[in-house]
Amino acid sequence: MSFLTIENLSAHVGPSPILRDVSLSVEAGEVRGLVGESGAGKSMIGKAVLGTLPLAVQVTSGRILLDGEDLLAMRPRDRRRVIGAKAALIPQDPLTALNPSRRVGPQITNRLVDILGWTRQDAQMRALELLHEVSIPEPERVMRAYPHELSGGMRQRILIASAFAAEPRLIIADEPTTALDVTVQKQILKLIRQMQQRHGTALLFVTHDLGVVSKVCQSLTVLFGGLVLEDTRVEPFFAHPSHPYSAALLAATPKYTDPDASLTPVPDAVIEGVQAEIAAHDRMQPHV
Amino acid sequence: MADARGLVKRRAGVRLWLSASWLGLLVLAAVFAPLIAPQDPLMQDLFGARLPPFWEAGSDAAFPLGSDSLGRDVLSRIIYGARLALGVALIAGTLTCLIGSFLGLIAGYFRGWPDMVISRLVDIWMAFPPVLFAILLIAVLGTGLSSIIIAIVVIDWTRFARVIRAEAMSQGAMDYVASAQVSGRKRFSIMLAEILPNVLPTIVVLLTLEMGIAVIVEAILSFVNLSISTDQPTWGSMISEGRLSIHQAWWVLVFPLVTLFLTVLSFSQLGEGLKDHFDPVLR
Repeated sequence: MSFLTIENLSAHVGPSPILRDVSLSVEAGEVRGLVGESGAGKSMIGKAVLGTLPLAVQVTSGRILLDGEDLLAMRPRDRRRVIGAKAALIPQDPLTALNPSRRVGPQITNRLVDILGWTRQDAQMRALELLHEVSIPEPERVMRAYPHELSGGMRQRILIASAFAAEPRLIIADEPTTALDVTVQKQILKLIRQMQQRHGTALLFVTHDLGVVSKVCQSLTVLFGGLVLEDTRVEPFFAHPSHPYSAALLAATPKYTDPDASLTPVPDAVIEGVQAEIAAHDRMQPHV
Repeated sequence: MADARGLVKRRAGVRLWLSASWLGLLVLAAVFAPLIAPQDPLMQDLFGARLPPFWEAGSDAAFPLGSDSLGRDVLSRIIYGARLALGVALIAGTLTCLIGSFLGLIAGYFRGWPDMVISRLVDIWMAFPPVLFAILLIAVLGTGLSSIIIAIVVIDWTRFARVIRAEAMSQGAMDYVASAQVSGRKRFSIMLAEILPNVLPTIVVLLTLEMGIAVIVEAILSFVNLSISTDQPTWGSMISEGRLSIHQAWWVLVFPLVTLFLTVLSFSQLGEGLKDHFDPVLR
């Protein structure tokens, strides 16, 4: 039984579909990459699971099972409680993901106190321990700092610590390294991987970077236009991608071994093929 | 040589200091009016009418800013007038701020149907000409302090609702709000604990502006004799009476006018100064 199972999830903005019968699952303790270009709907899947979809997005069909519980069938209050206890988010942009007008410490401990009913001292101890674990120097000082006093990399470390604080069984990382510069990206990636292994948390890693997937993930889902094109383990994917779009995507990834090679775009023929696939899928829908 | 940040800070400091001292002076004057006013503000003396201020020939030391056409002391009337002006500013400003900001926060953060209802209401409200609306309200409610306050609150809550809604919307789109939602907290508590502190600087600025506006509205209503009973001195009624004798006794008009001007200016400057003070990034 997978920890997270998404079955035939479809969502629309107005009349236009943004998720088309998406099915995927994340096993307990597994890291799954969710790959696609901008607008493929990968972030929307994460938001659907966490219940933070924008108002304009309507989920039209499908089920989301978190630890066997059907999230979409619950009342909003129960859903918030279940998600709050079992899942967490590592957001994309560390600059806006901490409340600028509150000190860092309470932003980590609040959740432990409010949702899990810890005492303030326990939560404080736990937060210090976590900040130490994500190698933040002088955690006591950082707890009292305002977010603007810390660097982007520091803030992302704090967000990672905060995500792991309540020992969730699933973490959704929404492009957690995109807003950081390249040197920091590498450290943060390593940190997420370490924390995930140490805590045995399942991770849904949303990214557009296949290089990141090859380093962090065990399985991956390739998305285009809200349609799942490929769902496979990482090793066979990088050896022989089965879908032509996946192959083109893989070929388009820059190779650091040959800095002079020019970038290979995804060929138009492949895109047209995928679009035909999407059109074929939409024709099968009875109600759209 | 101060850097850009130091310069900004210093200027804000002077502004804050000046406006706060003027308002502090007014508050003291209003509270201790019976002790410091040199004359009874209502006492008429037709033989001592239109005495000029102290530096002109023919003045009386007991009437430092002169007297009006009925021989009443201008300074004492300004001091007593501060009671009504500040009272209205404080009560009406605060009530307007509370109601308007709350509705704005709800509309901006919850969106959906609450936003629809509140925003349409604001649109309709703002289509009424405010001064006519005020006069209409006073005509229905009758004159008096509470009527003035109700009129200001009823007319001006839209100012807060609209601005705070926009602020709450932009804050609501930030990742920290999404994180708070994922952690399972109630939406209402997220609104108060996460969004409110970030729109607070804007609320403070609007609140002080609103206090200035409340002083002006009260003066306007006094000017058209719709404020409180005419035997109580108000800046607006002083301006209105001073207008009639502007050629014989300019001071009856000018001193309350300058007081009104400085007070409204101080309120808005106080707001700007406090905003910098509250902003964690500028602090």
